[in-house]
Amino acid sequence: MHVPETPLHRETVDRLHRPGGIGPLVARIVGAIFGGYALAMLSSVAALVLPMPAPQAVLTGMLASFIVYAGAVIWVFIARSSLRAWAGLLMAAVPLALAAWSAMSMAAAAGGRLA
Amino acid sequence: MVGHVDGGGSRGPTRVSSVTAKATAKATAKATAKATAKATAKATAKATAKATARVIARPRGRGVRQSMSGLHTWAGLLVGWILYAMFLTGTVSYFKDEISQWMRPEIARRQSAPDPAAAAQRVADTLAVLAAGSPQWSIQLPTARSNIVNAFWRTPGAKASKRGHEEAAFDPATGHRLAARDTLGGEFFYRFHYQFYYLPAMWGRWLAGLCAMFMLVAIISGVMTHKKIFADFFTFRWGKGQRSWLDAHNALSVFGLPFHFMITYTGLVMLMTMYMPWGAMTALQTQSQRQALNIQLSAFIPPGKPAHIEAPLARVDAMVREAQTRWGTDDVLRVTATNPGDASARVIVSRGDSERVSASPQFLLFDGATGKLLEAKERVGAAAETRGVLYALHMGRFGDLQLRWLYFLVGLGGTAMVGTGLVMWTVKRRQNLPDPQRPYFGFRLVERLNVAVIAGLSIAMTGYVWANRLLPVSVANRAHVEIDVFFAVWAAAWLYALARPAKRAWIELLWCAAVLLALVPVLNALTTERPFWRSVAVGDWVYAGFDLAMWAFAALHATLALRTARYRPRIRTTRRGEAVSQPQGR
Repeated sequence: MHVPETPLHRETVDRLHRPGGIGPLVARIVGAIFGGYALAMLSSVAALVLPMPAPQAVLTGMLASFIVYAGAVIWVFIARSSLRAWAGLLMAAVPLALAAWSAMSMAAAAGGRLA
Repeated sequence: MVGHVDGGGSRGPTRVSSVTAKATAKATAKATAKATAKATAKATAKATAKATARVIARPRGRGVRQSMSGLHTWAGLLVGWILYAMFLTGTVSYFKDEISQWMRPEIARRQSAPDPAAAAQRVADTLAVLAAGSPQWSIQLPTARSNIVNAFWRTPGAKASKRGHEEAAFDPATGHRLAARDTLGGEFFYRFHYQFYYLPAMWGRWLAGLCAMFMLVAIISGVMTHKKIFADFFTFRWGKGQRSWLDAHNALSVFGLPFHFMITYTGLVMLMTMYMPWGAMTALQTQSQRQALNIQLSAFIPPGKPAHIEAPLARVDAMVREAQTRWGTDDVLRVTATNPGDASARVIVSRGDSERVSASPQFLLFDGATGKLLEAKERVGAAAETRGVLYALHMGRFGDLQLRWLYFLVGLGGTAMVGTGLVMWTVKRRQNLPDPQRPYFGFRLVERLNVAVIAGLSIAMTGYVWANRLLPVSVANRAHVEIDVFFAVWAAAWLYALARPAKRAWIELLWCAAVLLALVPVLNALTTERPFWRSVAVGDWVYAGFDLAMWAFAALHATLALRTARYRPRIRTTRRGEAVSQPQGR
C-alpha cells in the first residue's frame, strides 16, 4: 500500500509502530478542527472591542472568524511537530482571549446597567 | 536521480515529487542541450549537481509543500463527495427559476414580465382569505425570469417552536393558487446544496458548513502545494494518465481560483450567524439589541402585539409602486405583512439584488391599515454592507444573462475540479498497488464512491426531471415524491456501482446518464405541448435552452464514457520510464 511521503505521513508511520500509536496525528486533527474553531470563536468575540457599533463589531467578528479558522488549520499542519502546532494555537489564543474577556466584562457591565 | 531527490525510497509520484521531477528533468534537458553545444560532459554533471543542491538546500520549503499536499489530499477526499454534490446542485441553481419554469409546463410562456405591483395586490387579496388570521405573510414578487409568485405565511395559532409556516406558488395574472403540477422545481437543487434533504435543515446546514470549511482549507493548501502556480496553469499533458488528471485538476482549479475561493467563503458567510453566534450572544443580550442586529441582515421584523381591532390591509400595489419609484421597476423583491387585517398591521416592501451588487436589507416600512410610509431604511452599517455584498456575490443575481452563464460555467469548472481531484486519488495510487487485481479496502471504497457520486448524481438529477414529466399530476404529496425518486435513482446507482467492476460501472453509468439526458427533450415532446421545435419556432428560449442543455450534457457524458472505455491504466510504471518520457512529451 502506497501513501505519499510527507512529514505528516512519516510521523504517522513512525508512531504506528511504537506504543503511543497515532497520537501526534490525532492531536493535529483535534487541534485543527476543535482548536481552530475555538480560535475562530475567540476572535469573533474579541472583535467586539473594535471601536464601532455593537452590531457592526459582531458582524466583523463573524466575517473574520472563518479566515482565522482556515489559517489555524493550515498552521496546525505546517508546524514541524504536533506540540509546536498546539503551542502556536495557544499563543494565538492568549491575546484573543484577553480581548474577548474584556469584551465580555464590558457587555456584562452594560447588561447590568440595562437590568 | 529522481529517486535520490525524492529521498526515503518513495515510489509514488506525489504532487511535490512530480514538481521536483519536472524541475530536475527540465534542468537536465537544458543542461544536455548546453552540453551538446559545448561538447563537454562536465556541464551536465555541474547542472545536475546544481539542480540537486537547489532542491536539497530548501528542506523547509519542501516540508511545507509536502505537508500542504497531504492536507490538501485528505481535506479534499474526506468530504469530496459531499462537496461534489454541493457544487453541482449549487451550480445548476443559478438557473433555478428557469428549471422551475420548465418543470411547470402548464404555465404558459409569458411574453413580458408581469407587473409586480398588480401581482402583489392580487396575491395579497388571495392570502387575506387563504391565510386569514396569520400573524405574518410574505410574497416574493415575480421577475422577468420567474413566471410564478412564491409566498409563505405563518400558520395562524401555531406555536413559535413548531414548524409553523406554509408555502405555496401563485399565478401572478390571477393571484390564485397555481393550477400546475406540484413540484419544487429548481428550488430543490438550491435547497439541497446547503441543507440536503431528509435530515433536519439545521443539521444539514451544519454539515454543509463543515464541508465548506474543509473546502476553504483544501483551496488554501492546494495553492500552497504549488511551486509555480502560473506555469502549472499553462501546462497540459494529454494522454499521460496521472499527469493529465493532475494538469486538468490544476487548470480547472487555477482558472476558477478566485471564484472557488469566493463561493466557498461567501457560502460560509451566508449562514455565519448560525456557525459563529458567539459575538452576538456576548454583546447583544436584550431583545431590542438582537433586533438591531437582525435589521442589519434581513428585511423581516417580528410581528408586534395585535391590537385586536379589525382593519383591512391598505392597498399593497400602491406601496410597491412607491418602492419602484425609488429603486426602479424591476428591483422590488418582496412584500411582507405582519398582523394583516389588524389595526397594528405593518407592511415591509424590500429591495432586491438584481440592480446592485449587494443583498443588504433595504426596505420601506408602511402602516398596514393606513398605507402611510413610516420609515425608509436604505442604509446599513459598513460590516453589514460587506456581508450584503458577499451574499450577493454568492447568489449572482445582480448580473445579466451573460454573467449568469459565466457563473454557471465556472461553477461547472469547480464541480469538475472536485471530481478530477477525487478521481486522481485513485489514479495516483493505482500505479502502486501491491496487487492490482486485489486493491486494498480503502482504494476500492474511494473508487466505488467516485462512481456512485459522480456518475450517480447525474443520473439522479436526470431521474428527478423524468419523474417531473412521468408522475401523474394527482399523486399525493407529489413535489416530495419527485424528490424521493431522485434519491431512489441515486441509491440504485450506488448499488450498481458496488455490484459491477469499477471500470465497467463507470462506463455503464456514464452511458446511462447520457441516454437519459439525451431523451429528456424527447420525453418533453411526448408529454407536453411544448416540444423543442415549437419552442424554437415561438422563440421560447427557456424551454429550447433547457432541451439544448440536456443534449450538451448528454454529449459530455457520452464523451466521458468513451474516454473511460479507451483508458488503459498504467500499472507499476517505473519511475525511470516516466522521467525519461517526460522531456520528449513537451
